[in-house]
Amino acid sequence: MFSEEKLNKVKEIIARYPEGKQKSALIPLLHLAQEEFGGWLSPETMDYVASLLQITPIEVYEVATFYSMFNLKPVGKYLFEVCQTGPCMLNGSDNMIEYIKNKLGIGVGETTADGLFTLKTVECLGACGYAPMMQLGKHYREHLTPQKVDEIIEECRAKAN
Amino acid sequence: MGRKLLLDKAHIEGIRYYDVYRKNGGYAAAEKVLKGMSPEQVVEEVKKSGLRGRGGAGFPTGLKWSFLAKPEGVPRYLVCNADESEPGTFKDRYLMEFIPHLLIEGLLISSFALGSNRTYIYIRGEYAWIPDILEQAIAEAKQNGWLGKNIQGTGFDLEIYVQRGAGAYICGEETALIESLEGKRGNPRIKPPFPAVKGLWQSPTVVNNVETLAAVVPIINIGGEEYATYGIGKSTGTKLISACGNINKPGVYEIEMNISVEEFLYSDEYCGGIANGKRLKACIPGGSSVPILPANLLLKTAKGEARMMTYESLNDGGFASGSMMGSGGFIVLDEDQCVVRHTLTLARFYHHESCGQCSPCREGTGWMKRVLLNIENGKGKMSDIDLLWDIQRKIEGNTICPLGDAAAWPVAAAIRHFRDEFEWHVLNPEECVKRNYGLAHYADPLPAPATAV
Repeated sequence: MFSEEKLNKVKEIIARYPEGKQKSALIPLLHLAQEEFGGWLSPETMDYVASLLQITPIEVYEVATFYSMFNLKPVGKYLFEVCQTGPCMLNGSDNMIEYIKNKLGIGVGETTADGLFTLKTVECLGACGYAPMMQLGKHYREHLTPQKVDEIIEECRAKAN
Repeated sequence: MGRKLLLDKAHIEGIRYYDVYRKNGGYAAAEKVLKGMSPEQVVEEVKKSGLRGRGGAGFPTGLKWSFLAKPEGVPRYLVCNADESEPGTFKDRYLMEFIPHLLIEGLLISSFALGSNRTYIYIRGEYAWIPDILEQAIAEAKQNGWLGKNIQGTGFDLEIYVQRGAGAYICGEETALIESLEGKRGNPRIKPPFPAVKGLWQSPTVVNNVETLAAVVPIINIGGEEYATYGIGKSTGTKLISACGNINKPGVYEIEMNISVEEFLYSDEYCGGIANGKRLKACIPGGSSVPILPANLLLKTAKGEARMMTYESLNDGGFASGSMMGSGGFIVLDEDQCVVRHTLTLARFYHHESCGQCSPCREGTGWMKRVLLNIENGKGKMSDIDLLWDIQRKIEGNTICPLGDAAAWPVAAAIRHFRDEFEWHVLNPEECVKRNYGLAHYADPLPAPATAV
């Protein structure tokens, strides 16, 4: 369940659309729910969002499964989403993905045993001039090098402690 | 230095904020429109400017606006397409991050011209920090009387809202974007009806790219006729080009559409040449879906003329020997890059992004990816190259939306111009996993294929 503060945010989002068009708030609400409930959308979370918008659960499931930013399984506290599309590949993203795999000891799609890190490969994030890059939470980390990756990992570990 | 209309003030410190933007001539165009122009006059100026959609299709904006249906008592909507997802393209992000009020001012003028009282900016979900910047700009504009009720005493009301997507390239297609904005999967709609008649919530809707709407501001400031003196022929005005790949100075550049590709690529004002002292092998000049060109055809057309950074010149020779301006995503490959591997990443991209509605695209993109993966890994057969050609031919033109074409074209162009590199992979299965094919003859003066496949 959302807090009072988040419920006010929900109201504010729904007010962006004409009356009766509250289904338009679905994607914003799923973002909000994912942030609020541990970085992923459980069936219970999706049912809750459906109830907030007075739509059927299936309307939520079909949207949640379509968009790649919604995680339908639990992920680590820090999700490394590394771009692998053409422009990033030209600038060494393949090596960067290999480096992260070795460094964290996990494969793509896996989470470290301590639950801290998940590695995911993604398609073009619109940072082609600043490749290689990854998304970490709300922000992009660009011009990645092995050293920079090490620093990011340390930064996350420090924050988690 | 080339003339600039959009980013001329982007370097000013604090231009992201209202006060600085206003002090530097911001909202002058909005003032001009609200104090003395009718919606029809605004549309007329945009028509005169020759502005063409900057998202990729290049359709004349004024004409698109004139298609908007205006039935009595039905709301109309303007939607700003900020879903920027075409690989190689990162220009709208730059504009929104650094000079957000230019977009807000463009939205205000365009909403007034089209009669939209509720305008949405649909931004790709991954640009997660930009909605905060835009929402701050919207709040500032509202505090200063540029949004809300009865704006500047004109009786015109406008609210602008930012809506985040959630990771789907297809939502850059305007009907998929509308579906997504309605809270659904991003499945493109069958057209007609076009959004201009039945768009958002079945109401008449115009969907325009960020850069297109920002360009309305200088058009009003200097006038449509003056704007049309920038550029060459039907490529009027300036264009944002996002340059990336193996160049010395990747980034976002505003160019007047009257410079040559060679100047853009090699001059220090723009890309600054190929990185690490290497030679140019190939380039995709307009975002991943437009045809890749080998170095010789990039710099000169098949007729031997210098290729220019204009819609027409980039398309000179059609797909046999030309490409497209597209979204302005300029991707450069140096001599050591592998065209097969690069094409594989694009095929994987389109397979990942296909919405799955149309079987030629849903199945074809995955099939192309698998065949390319085999060739790249030294497991390909000579017949696979023809098979790839056949698959892409059967996708192109056979889908509801242009994603199918966008997936087909890069594969077609790679085979058209780099067939020997594909064959080399097949004939040298062990070598091709250890090293790349290299530059071959692509940089030499090469006659255009007499019979382009």
